Amino acid sequence: MKLMTCPINGTRPIAEFSYGGALRVMPDPDTASDAEWSDYVFNRDNAPGIKREWWRHIPSNTWFIAERDTQKDVVLRTWLHEEDD
Amino acid sequence: MPWRLLRFAFSQKHPEPRMFARHEKLKPAYDVVIIGGGGHGLAAAYYLAREHGVTNVCVLEKGYIGGGNTGRNTTIIRSNYLTPEGVQFYDASVKLWQDLSADFDLNLFYANRGHFTLAHTDASLRTMRWRAEVNKHYGVDSELVGPEAVKKAAPMIDIDCGGHAPILGALYHAPGSVARHDAVAWGYGRGADRRGVEIHQKTEVLGIDTAGGKVKGVHTSKGHVAAPKVLCAVAGFTPRILKMLEIPSPIYIHPLQAMVSEPVKPFLDPILVSGSLHVYISQSARGELVMGASLDPYEAHSTRSSLEFVEGLTAEMLNMFPFLSNVRVMRQWAGMADMTPDFAPIMGKTPLEGFYLDSGWGTWGFKATPVAGKTMAHTLIHDTPHPLITGFALDRFRNYALTGEKGAASVGH
Repeated sequence: MKLMTCPINGTRPIAEFSYGGALRVMPDPDTASDAEWSDYVFNRDNAPGIKREWWRHIPSNTWFIAERDTQKDVVLRTWLHEEDD
Repeated sequence: MPWRLLRFAFSQKHPEPRMFARHEKLKPAYDVVIIGGGGHGLAAAYYLAREHGVTNVCVLEKGYIGGGNTGRNTTIIRSNYLTPEGVQFYDASVKLWQDLSADFDLNLFYANRGHFTLAHTDASLRTMRWRAEVNKHYGVDSELVGPEAVKKAAPMIDIDCGGHAPILGALYHAPGSVARHDAVAWGYGRGADRRGVEIHQKTEVLGIDTAGGKVKGVHTSKGHVAAPKVLCAVAGFTPRILKMLEIPSPIYIHPLQAMVSEPVKPFLDPILVSGSLHVYISQSARGELVMGASLDPYEAHSTRSSLEFVEGLTAEMLNMFPFLSNVRVMRQWAGMADMTPDFAPIMGKTPLEGFYLDSGWGTWGFKATPVAGKTMAHTLIHDTPHPLITGFALDRFRNYALTGEKGAASVGH
């Protein structure tokens, strides 16, 4: 069974977690051009690599950040967004 | 044992010709280089040679022919889509499929079974009616049927699905079919090879040469080749190729899994799909149940299988066919699906001149193999998108002009 570590609840089976997409910075919608906004809405860096992503521990509704190797599908570390470095 | 097979036992040499020639070396230059030796890439090579007389073509495949998503799908062919663009495009594909065995002189085991998309809720019934009307408008044989028609076509089904998700009706699509997927890659490969196309297996693309906004050639693990036109048809590897060129795209990769059961007596003629239960199922000519479900829930660039998938899929299957509880699972596998935000493919020209994309095939690519090959060959030759694929251009995202196919492209969303 695949495991993931929630920063609050500890190590739990992956079935307790949901994926929330890549951690990205939203451009200011009031100042972004149409091209910048469509780039933000649609385009993704989707080559394999080590990526920072939003994940959620479903039973406790805890959102946090995970660093994951998307080719090997290995979670390297997890932390709460507030603790971001 | 058939007598024909005995020849193989006693012959010193292989008594049948090979499907395609093996080329040791790449030529220094080709008119067209196709990256990806799956169904789509080989089909494009085939139609380039057959319909446009362009035979100085090289297909580069980093693994082996049809070893990617061409050999990993659940072989369903249909055209009951939701958007006008989708319906016309996939209908052209179904018409090509019907003649393909004769075109190739190779038996693809193309079997017209009929296809039911089951509705368990009023909302999905409404989408089915919508799809049926769009389909009929474009001359595609689809109709909304009641639960009794489903029960008649598949007598073993529990029409109430254990009581918690009763089947209220279905979209019936008579042309729905299955075909042997490996043979499709071999048929296109052999047809292209006989017309002079070179197929290079175990040849990986390492980089793409560009100058002045134009494509110049391709670096491979067997050396450099020059080419004014390059077609990228690599499904789940598309983001890696696009990264080499720094072309942004909305494609995201999730694994899609499938599995087959041990062979059982024939009991299921039609193909059944249930979006609510996240299941699609057909019975192969060998009696195995070929089953698939929705995408894996997060991005991953690998073809590993998971126990969660088998547990989830079999639980839903048993709602439809409780008597299968003792049937064993034989094999499971996965492919890397190149998903798009609107569930329509990304085909045609790119910002880089001479570089063409046949991608975004997510969970719906196998059925499109013939028409994708044909329209991409046309697009390469004329350097303008074929009329059937103008709705699938990469720049539709920048222009906020999406082709929303989510209601008809796959299950589980």
